[in-house]
Amino acid sequence: MPMSSSPVLPDALGRGFRRIGAGTINAFARIGFATRFFVAVLLQTPAAFLRLRLTLREIYFAGVLSLVVIMVSGLFVGMVLGLQGFDTLNRYGAGDSLGIFVGLSLVRELGPVVAGLLFASRAGSAITAEIGLMKTTEQLSAMEMMAVDPLARIVAPRFWGGVISMPLLAALFSVMGVFGAYLVGVRLIGVDNGTFWGNMQAGIDFWPDVTNGIIKSIVFGVAVSLIAVFEGYDAKPTAEGVSSATTRTVVGGSLAILALDFVLTVFMFRGIGE
Amino acid sequence: MPATSDAVVMRGVTFGYDRSRALLKGIDMTIPRGKVVAIMGGSGCGKTTLLRLIGGQLRAQSGQVTVDGQEVSTLDRDGLFVLRRKIGMLFQFGALFTDLTVFENVAFPIREHTDLPEALIHDLVVMKLQAVGLRGAATLLPAELSGGMARRVALARAVALDPMLVLYDEPFAGLDPISLGVVGQLIRELNDALGSTSIVVTHDVYESLKIVDYLYFVSEGRIIAQGTPDEVRNSPDPFVRQFVDGASDGPVPFHYPAAPYADEFVARVA
Repeated sequence: MPMSSSPVLPDALGRGFRRIGAGTINAFARIGFATRFFVAVLLQTPAAFLRLRLTLREIYFAGVLSLVVIMVSGLFVGMVLGLQGFDTLNRYGAGDSLGIFVGLSLVRELGPVVAGLLFASRAGSAITAEIGLMKTTEQLSAMEMMAVDPLARIVAPRFWGGVISMPLLAALFSVMGVFGAYLVGVRLIGVDNGTFWGNMQAGIDFWPDVTNGIIKSIVFGVAVSLIAVFEGYDAKPTAEGVSSATTRTVVGGSLAILALDFVLTVFMFRGIGE
Repeated sequence: MPATSDAVVMRGVTFGYDRSRALLKGIDMTIPRGKVVAIMGGSGCGKTTLLRLIGGQLRAQSGQVTVDGQEVSTLDRDGLFVLRRKIGMLFQFGALFTDLTVFENVAFPIREHTDLPEALIHDLVVMKLQAVGLRGAATLLPAELSGGMARRVALARAVALDPMLVLYDEPFAGLDPISLGVVGQLIRELNDALGSTSIVVTHDVYESLKIVDYLYFVSEGRIIAQGTPDEVRNSPDPFVRQFVDGASDGPVPFHYPAAPYADEFVARVA
């Protein structure tokens, strides 16, 4: 067999290996860059709080403007929980436990997770698109040339605005959910009012039920806000680049929430089967 | 110690975005204080890169870039930020902050770098806006401005802190003839009024010849011609002639480098 025809297979193999290698190196480089970026943003924390007006403005954009979608979603999720929960519980003659069922589901899981997913798509995408477009239109470069650090002036306030807003939104989601379940369970189906609230009060503890929910929502807030500002800052400065960065924020943010939720839940319920 | 009579000095500056291909190959350039100097060349020849090297957004791979007596590549981030407070830059499309009004855009560098009382900031911004003829547009948002107006607001913002050096990246691109003349005139007048130095990166030879003191021509990473406007107008250099006359072919070829034209067809027949 002539030597010239033999390199075909090794060539194809080599290309495949090279592609895997390049992809792996790129992935690690990106994780490294994201980590350094996170540290750099954290180092700018004093800047975000010394100029509180900037961070308050971002809390308004990320938090206040997300109120409608969060509260309406919370109400509907609560109403559905009320219906489904009552139907299932009633089969075992436990319809009176609707209050505690709804309360625990919302405070421990659905509040932080669903509010987090909504937050990633409503506020996270907006943050990425805004920072990405500022990069595309050279506003970030202009700021650098004016000796103003974009990490301090643009990124840190948006990051902290998101981190502060997220637990508040999750709490509001849970409150609206409980109210929705009350409307359906007590007002519509006719569960006893006192039993509904009494069971909820007796069965849900501030520690660990509520605090675990708060911890989750803070972690989700950090994850989604970090992904949102990083994707915006790292976006390719083109229309296509900003659009794919926005998509990555929503997809990456949502997956991060679901993965972190599992990890956190495992830690919070360790020893549950013993 | 470098001669401090020069605002910017470049010596043997080499730079490339990837290591294998140098975009700038040994650039030597001197920009004296108080002058308006144009850097000209075709699209993609590295003009904007030169500005980024002067502003410290990029670092030269070899050679020296000295601004106001300081070697830019030796400065850390804080040192760069101190230097940049003395530099104003006009970006190609203005780069105005879209969420701030015209007034707030011009006030931005003043607010960031000084603790002046609000009344004084107001007066300073009004004066800058008056200088570019847009005092009446102070409350408008950037989206409500025409391209020429946006460029003038960006100009007011670039000179808000009375910089010693102003960098202009394609200040004439995409402007109608009236705005073109206005912006050109403003560059000259502001330079002389503030006693600053201006570097104008452009490919608009007619507008530049009217306002600048000196021109550099860059092609394929090298300075291939330089001179005063009169010297440029009368230059026999084929590149300068092509540029001044706007000829489509000459030392700057019309065609992107390619295999011989005939080969395209021969290969297919064979």
